[in-house]
Amino acid sequence: MVIARSEIESKVTEVLESALGADAEDITPTAILTEDLGAESIDFLDIQFQLEKKFSTPEKPFKIEQGELFPENMMSNPDFVKEGKFTDAGMAVLHERMPHVDLSGFDADRNVKGIAKLFTVKSLCDFIEIKLKK
Amino acid sequence: MRWMWIDTIVAYEPDRRLVAIKNVSLAEEHLHEHFAAEGDLPAQPVMPASLMIEGMAQTAGILAGSVRRFREKVVLAKIQKAEITADVVPGQCIRYDARIERVDPMGAGTSGTIERLDHRTGAWERIGETEIMFSHVDQNMSGLAFPEHNFVFSDSFRNVLRASGLGHLMD
Repeated sequence: MVIARSEIESKVTEVLESALGADAEDITPTAILTEDLGAESIDFLDIQFQLEKKFSTPEKPFKIEQGELFPENMMSNPDFVKEGKFTDAGMAVLHERMPHVDLSGFDADRNVKGIAKLFTVKSLCDFIEIKLKK
Repeated sequence: MRWMWIDTIVAYEPDRRLVAIKNVSLAEEHLHEHFAAEGDLPAQPVMPASLMIEGMAQTAGILAGSVRRFREKVVLAKIQKAEITADVVPGQCIRYDARIERVDPMGAGTSGTIERLDHRTGAWERIGETEIMFSHVDQNMSGLAFPEHNFVFSDSFRNVLRASGLGHLMD
């Protein structure tokens, strides 16, 4: 299913307005979900559920598997996270699973506390666009 | 001891729906601190709306917990919507009808309707809607650790389930 980028952005904006109570003018491509739009951990699940509803059609459900959009299922795995930092194996999985996230500046830091800051409005739109093309 | 805001469960459809009842009595002291007056009618004790939301959270929370047989610690994480448009007074009955919208290893999304029964007319009337999210706290994104025993589904919850004929869900 092909949807224009503008429609994806419009629907993602609606989801963020609903899930975070954010103002539309603050929902810019570079806005960080946590720092700029006030998202807390449970909001990530809310966003995931609302995106599924928004992009599902009667012909094709849009289901986001755990760990597909956000890396929540990696945090308690000692192969991927040690002493609060992503391991080499963890970074490899992030690169493989999360093409929608810009990890270029994260390799040096790797701190799990910083991972949420990588999720921007653009990364959500990229995720939707990539997933819809599959 | 947890303060229960539902009296019994009257319907259960596995993984989909759970319906609970709360009978509102004049003997409940908390009602007397919440008075409402409508038009020329005298003020009278009413069921606080916040406690109706708690009643729905308990109903939907049991439903969310039942999906994984109460192995997860299911905690109220977010109230996305709570609209209550009418008061409930002593002598009336509240019905919480909760439905699962989505379950994920991280948590669950639910929707619910709140109705009241006036025994004089025998009619149920819809007075509210909710959307509530629950988190499975052991699966939290920040990797925080919680006690091993399930402190959420305590004896109070278990007693309601057993009395409602649903004790087998906890086996």
